[in-house]
Amino acid sequence: MLFVPVTLCMAVVVATIKSVRFYTEKSGQLIYTPFTEDTPSVGQRLLNSVLNTLIMISVIVVMTIFLVALYKYRCYKFIHGWLILSSLMLLFLFTYIYLGEVLKTYNVAMDYPTLLLAVWNFGAVGMVCIHWKGPLVLQQAYLIMVSALMALVFIKYLPEWSAWVILGAISVYDLVAVLCPKGPLRMLVETAQERNEPIFPALIYSSAMVWTVGMAKPDPSSQGALQLPYDPEMETRAPSEHASISLLAPPHGRVVASFWTPEEDSYDSFGEPSFPDVFEPQLPGYPGEELEEEEERGVKLGLGDFIFYSVLVGKAAATGSGDWNTTLACFVAILIGLCLTLLLLAVFRKALPALPISITFGLIFYFSTDNLVQPFMDTLASHQLCI
Amino acid sequence: MTAAVFFGCAFIAFGPALALYIFTIATHSLRIIFLIAGAFFWLVSLLLSSLIWFVAGTIIGNKDEPLKKYLLIFGVLVSVIIQEAFRFSYYHLLKKANEGLKTISPFETALSMRLLAYVSGLGFGIMSGVFSFVNTLSDSLGPGTVGIHGDSPQFFLSSAFMTLVVILLHVFWGVIFFDGCEKKHRCTLLIVLLTHLLVSALTFLSPYYVISLVSAYIILVLMGIWAFFVAGGTCRSLKLCLLCQDKDFLLFNQRSR
Repeated sequence: MLFVPVTLCMAVVVATIKSVRFYTEKSGQLIYTPFTEDTPSVGQRLLNSVLNTLIMISVIVVMTIFLVALYKYRCYKFIHGWLILSSLMLLFLFTYIYLGEVLKTYNVAMDYPTLLLAVWNFGAVGMVCIHWKGPLVLQQAYLIMVSALMALVFIKYLPEWSAWVILGAISVYDLVAVLCPKGPLRMLVETAQERNEPIFPALIYSSAMVWTVGMAKPDPSSQGALQLPYDPEMETRAPSEHASISLLAPPHGRVVASFWTPEEDSYDSFGEPSFPDVFEPQLPGYPGEELEEEEERGVKLGLGDFIFYSVLVGKAAATGSGDWNTTLACFVAILIGLCLTLLLLAVFRKALPALPISITFGLIFYFSTDNLVQPFMDTLASHQLCI
Repeated sequence: MTAAVFFGCAFIAFGPALALYIFTIATHSLRIIFLIAGAFFWLVSLLLSSLIWFVAGTIIGNKDEPLKKYLLIFGVLVSVIIQEAFRFSYYHLLKKANEGLKTISPFETALSMRLLAYVSGLGFGIMSGVFSFVNTLSDSLGPGTVGIHGDSPQFFLSSAFMTLVVILLHVFWGVIFFDGCEKKHRCTLLIVLLTHLLVSALTFLSPYYVISLVSAYIILVLMGIWAFFVAGGTCRSLKLCLLCQDKDFLLFNQRSR
């Protein structure tokens, strides 16, 4: 269920990193990481990366708090405008750059009118699918593409050591922001719960469809309809993060959530809703019922989670000397972290951060595979020994 | 060192495992999870054994050629023992998880231990095969001449066949091992460990592929037959399957009319 999209996103990022050299070339840094890592001493480099991390994390914290404040004071138009601007930038500008680099790598010529047509169509359909209505598969594909593009930007513009420290720091921040009572993400979730609204669909990857329910109230005695209302209590989150490579692009918060409705476990412990049982097509036939608004079911994961998982695996692919061994080890570690998080979600049934376990496993496996496993496997492969 | 070598070796090594995955595991999310968990356990065992090899290497210090070779052999043997130990611990984890799953959701068709044995064996095998072969595969896409210094020119092909045999062996070992654990036959576990050590030791005869590969394939066939009978197959069911008369065959109902 969630493995396929996470795997796809990581596969796109790794494939791009391995083939298009643009994303592994160093050419400048974001303004959020001003300290350079070209320093003479190791201590200085470490200090610079820690400072970069502090700046980046504080920017993210400020943005999250700003977003939560906007949401609390019902400035929906502002938030929607912000989201639309940032997806515009991702879908048009970053796609244009990406396409340009891919064409350069494979030495394929494309004239500007064709390029304009292609990018315009891609971007326009993407905007419609993400912010309005569209086939679910198309929306999922666009969200995966957008996460992959974002991850590639991070991989390109974050300097080496800063990237690893930022990944570690962001999992800690995620843990704090979701579990502490006054954490911004937790407040966002609770506010959304109180108002009984879904959190911005443009920022969440959803694996299930939106159903039209034939019931007004939760009524376990009525047959065949959904037993429980939208229950956003089961959630996993990742913190908001930035999208900006230049000085002016509007930063956008990506508050992300993953939620699990409690009916899931009657079908399959890992949240695979059994569609035919759940979907209630006949509507006003039942006596005493009214049409409800659309409710959502199924497992959801925030786009921030996709992005940071892909950043980790992409960095492993870009810089690991173990080449494919390191990449694969990080991939398996992240998937296992995701499994464990979903398991904890089923056990604890409350908002949980999606990043810490996966990123911790990913980091441990990256460093240990790069330094310990890779020499061992290399030596074995050159002597053709099998273990 | 062409695309032909790359695709050929890739499909030789990973084709059967991919087919097994697509037909038996891909559509069931629970099985995928157990597969990945099995792969993770193998990875952790590899990590531990590399750590031991590394530490042993640093303790011994200055290494000359024969010492490096002995160190490598030591590393391989330790790795095999640790892998089997992790298979054992994975068995116990799965047993507890199965009990837990049964209590949480009783309508859920809990996976049988045999199925979990197969899935875990496949997980171990896929991870093992991928880790040993994928770097060699990616090198085969680049420029170069194989065996220019007098080594065997069949390097890629023999590595591919060896990887295939190891993947399939892990599947069979998984089935046999879990069955041995269930029935508490210690000798079964010992035999699995010994055959694993034997297959790894055979690879030390590296340029003499005839001996190592042929023996490994003979062991594969023997383990396969044993696993088939352990998993509940009988000669009769095999005959029915091959003659397309078993219940799972699509046209079974047509035929019986």
